[in-house]
Amino acid sequence: MTDIPFLSLAIWIPILGGLLVLATGPDRNAQMARTVALLAAIFGFAVTIPLYIRFDAASAAMQFKELAPWIAHFNINYALGIDGISLWFILLNAFITIVVVIAGWRIIQSRVAQYMAAFLIMSGLMNGIFAALDGVLFYVFFEASLIPLYLIIGVWGGPNRVHAAIKFFLFTLAGSLLMLLALLYLYNVSHSFDILAWRHTGLGMTAQSLIFFAFLVAFGVKVPMWPVHTWLPDAHVEAPTGGSVVLAAIALKLGAYGFVRFSLPIVPDAAVAWAPLIIALSLIAVIYIGFVALAQTDMKKLVAYSSISHMGFVTLGFFMRNQLGLEGALIQMISHGFVSAAMFLCIGVLYDRMHSRQIADYGGVVNTMPKFAAFFMLFAMANAGLPATSGFVGEFTVILGAVQYNFWIGLLAATTLVLGAAYTLWMYKRVVFGAVASEQVAGLADISAREFLLLALLAACVLAMGLYPFPFTEVMHASVDQLLEHVAAGKLTPRP
Amino acid sequence: MDMQTLYLLVPLAPLAGAIIAGLFGRFVGRTGAHLVAIAGVLAAFVASALIFQDVQAGNSFNGTLYTWMQAGGVDFEIGFLIDKLTVLMMLVVTFVSLMVHIYTIGYMADDPGYQRFFSYISLFTFSMLMLVMSNNFLQLFFGWEAVGLVSYLLIGFWYERPTAIHANLKAFLVNRVGDFGFLLGIGLIVAHTGSLDYQTVFDGSQALAAQDMAVTGWPLLTAICLCLFVGAMGKSAQVPLHVWLPDSMEGPTPISALIHAATMVTAGIFMVARMSPLFELSDVALSFVLVIGATTALFMGFLGIVQNDIKRVVAYSTLSQLGYMTVALGASAYSAAVFHLMTHAFFKALLFLGAGSVIIGMHHDQDIRNMGGLWKYMPVTWVTSLAGTLALVGAPGFSGFYSKDSIIEAVHASSLPGSGYALFCVLAGVFVTALYSFRMYFLVFHGKERFGQPHACDEDHGGGHHHGFAPGKKPRESSLVITLPLVLLAIPSVLMGLYTIEPLLFDGWFGKAIFVGDNHAALKEMASSFHGWWAMTLHGLTGAPFWLALSGVAAAWALYMLRPGWPAILQRRFAALDTVLENKYYFDRFNEIVFADGARLLGGELWRRGDQGLIDGIGVSGASRLVVFAARMMSFFQSGHLYQYAFTMIAGVFILLTFWIVRGW
Repeated sequence: MTDIPFLSLAIWIPILGGLLVLATGPDRNAQMARTVALLAAIFGFAVTIPLYIRFDAASAAMQFKELAPWIAHFNINYALGIDGISLWFILLNAFITIVVVIAGWRIIQSRVAQYMAAFLIMSGLMNGIFAALDGVLFYVFFEASLIPLYLIIGVWGGPNRVHAAIKFFLFTLAGSLLMLLALLYLYNVSHSFDILAWRHTGLGMTAQSLIFFAFLVAFGVKVPMWPVHTWLPDAHVEAPTGGSVVLAAIALKLGAYGFVRFSLPIVPDAAVAWAPLIIALSLIAVIYIGFVALAQTDMKKLVAYSSISHMGFVTLGFFMRNQLGLEGALIQMISHGFVSAAMFLCIGVLYDRMHSRQIADYGGVVNTMPKFAAFFMLFAMANAGLPATSGFVGEFTVILGAVQYNFWIGLLAATTLVLGAAYTLWMYKRVVFGAVASEQVAGLADISAREFLLLALLAACVLAMGLYPFPFTEVMHASVDQLLEHVAAGKLTPRP
Repeated sequence: MDMQTLYLLVPLAPLAGAIIAGLFGRFVGRTGAHLVAIAGVLAAFVASALIFQDVQAGNSFNGTLYTWMQAGGVDFEIGFLIDKLTVLMMLVVTFVSLMVHIYTIGYMADDPGYQRFFSYISLFTFSMLMLVMSNNFLQLFFGWEAVGLVSYLLIGFWYERPTAIHANLKAFLVNRVGDFGFLLGIGLIVAHTGSLDYQTVFDGSQALAAQDMAVTGWPLLTAICLCLFVGAMGKSAQVPLHVWLPDSMEGPTPISALIHAATMVTAGIFMVARMSPLFELSDVALSFVLVIGATTALFMGFLGIVQNDIKRVVAYSTLSQLGYMTVALGASAYSAAVFHLMTHAFFKALLFLGAGSVIIGMHHDQDIRNMGGLWKYMPVTWVTSLAGTLALVGAPGFSGFYSKDSIIEAVHASSLPGSGYALFCVLAGVFVTALYSFRMYFLVFHGKERFGQPHACDEDHGGGHHHGFAPGKKPRESSLVITLPLVLLAIPSVLMGLYTIEPLLFDGWFGKAIFVGDNHAALKEMASSFHGWWAMTLHGLTGAPFWLALSGVAAAWALYMLRPGWPAILQRRFAALDTVLENKYYFDRFNEIVFADGARLLGGELWRRGDQGLIDGIGVSGASRLVVFAARMMSFFQSGHLYQYAFTMIAGVFILLTFWIVRGW
């Protein structure tokens, strides 16, 4: 289709850019490090735009394919390609990279080059995850992308960062090992690491179920699904603002992406058989976590729990296996990328000024920061799924899909309308509304031009997607249809 | 200009006003902001009038503006349906909005949030217009939630007041409970028809009526209608989702008139009337609507009798009147419901704006026990408020008489289960309405002048700022920007009923916009005994509602003019009943304890026992040895030197490759 390897560029420009930033060395060159990082991020985003422009929405096949032998003896290839499912995540990832570079512009004053480099390298690796069509390549990117995230939490994080990093490590370790086993088993059966070929590899029900659970643990931890979610609030609380933004906007999507790229197409019969389990876990995430979010006193924890609840909608949408559910879930992932990023940035804006995340320390912020309050209101409403914001689109579509699947599941899912509004707006009320609560709040300065730019960028995305989501779903239809047909057909006849 | 441009102009002109006043308020200044906002709404009103003429000439429109999204084979569209029902709503919304915009110049003159206020009310007008002009469920839901958002912003407009920000959160959440049902109803429709478009859904209504729900086997259409009606209960504040509306009075008075009386709260009524092709096919749903509406009409009226805050009296009266409209829907008299919606929009906006004028005159004292004798000082407010009050109680000749009597007649003609109870409620409600309305009227405008004295009721106000008069000062009539809207609203409050009853109710003016099944022909029966508005007025003088209303007025006069000591005696005699009414049947207390506190408690317990106790406690401590091991590993990892991490990763990949290579041979 094209001669320019856009996907490779999307992966390697940020990584090379990151190395270049590292080369600027110590903090006395910090300004240069920032500038190089910003340019690399912008350039990295620019090369992803042709992916959308030249994308053929009518085709369900992988596009922008690249193939080169890597370890020929084991049939391991450097194979890249994207379809309508992965396209948006590469664009989202590249966009969020610009956001985090700007977000760390002033607040990060030590080891600036390393900080910026970590984000750029992570961004490239994550693009690799979304583009990889080879199991080993995917695994390498998947594992490698965690290292910069560990670093960001561990080096620039809060006082309890070691505890958080260990918890993160423990939870993900088990999952990664199981996924590796599953990939090796699939290679054993097919003598190939080709993810697309695995779709057609014959597997019995037992093998499918074992692989399904291996993937479930690996991806479920990342999403994170209940009950393996407790690492996320801790990680968010300790992470610097930029780390939280990437963690929420992109890292959580990796697990969900794994479900659509691996679990559903490769072990379709097991996915169908175990779907009730996933749906139950998803509903628990939506409702249980919704209540837990209500009880939080720390803003970051609250938004972290809200993320888990929103990701519950994603897994719910996937495993209902209807078009509305699946497309709604994919939209919810993109929207959550914008909205959660914006929510964490808003909390960062407050934290930078007050050095507290406790809701009780705030109150009446609108009196001193009216512009900030307006942005925060928009994002809070998006988080609560208000129409004309991106948050509405995914939630609405998934709930429609759920009612189509089973009315009672739809009813349970729709409780988020009340719960999501309750925890988000109750927090907003306590933080922003009311009389000025303390002298510190009285002394707050409204957002700077740089913060304004960041929040305005995300606000534009949230509103654009809320008012005209057509372009987002348009590219998905072909791939989603094909995936659903594939899952419906299954590999076993008769299906158990 | 062709019609379609005109349709677009109606919502977009207020939107433009909202954007300019909101985002560029500092540049355009206060005068600039209100000029832009008023120009936008005026343009919308004029365009609506032109569209009305066009529709009156027999034209209608149903078309798509743009495809918002496609997913799952369903087209999610934004589009307009312009028919008689729509255009009537457009006129009501834009007219009342225009009056409120003008009134606001005076009412909010000293407020620092002047531009923001204009931005919000224009944004509200846009949202409400999108809601009523929609030709599909998506846009309906859009508008539905958008008016809820603006209502939230406006109730909490004075965001420093604890009561205001409590009320706006409560309003949003209670509305969300309604939206929860509404969304499920829409979900069922999409699941079974594959479409969000009204016309497609209505065309398939017979097929829907023939289906049952999966698993439970309930009749599908009944489930759909009940779900949709839960949405209407939230938005139109029907028991038990009414609790947010009285508290919404924390917002500035102009929005109480516009949003919480004339327009937004009637969205639920409009929606059910719009969905008449669905509701007509489910008697169970109609009975439910009837009973809920009747309960709201009577029992919310009782609460109006014991309120002392002028706005809260009007708020409970709004609840009660919304109940009347809902009853009409349940009796299949959709056009009577919309008729009452229209007359109510005028006279209730008038009453609220009149109350606002009184509040300004009283220097923001809202307690009617501190008023009295105001007619002397505020003649325009007095006369217009009297007109509004007479319309509200249904005095023959006034607009409310025609709409309310039609509703009572329709309930009388209905044979659905629950219609007997509903008839009792709406008849008793007439007495109650007259009692609380004239109680307020007498206490405010007549009797002894009680302002300007040190009074005992001050502790009722939680707020810090002082209200009311220094001794010796007198209230003054409000300025022209305030009295002009009062006069302009008083005219339709008096005349609108007699001019429009015949076409709206009996000549089938609504045409295909409202569908009534042959088995629910209450209005048709009434049409045969209708001989013009004059005959109806004369006949009204002999009917039960008139005498009930008259005795209500007489009771109010006796209790609050003739023997002002009696109410206190009655309160003591019926102390238990009084306590129940003062506590508003304990709905708020119940919600506070069960839902608000309960949810917080549940969340806290789940967090402590579930997340921290079970998952982290047992799950993670079970792996405690691993933690120790990992901690050691991590302390090595925590060096912060990038090369070590890179090395570790490369080592990992190397080990992996070695494993395969060894295995491969």
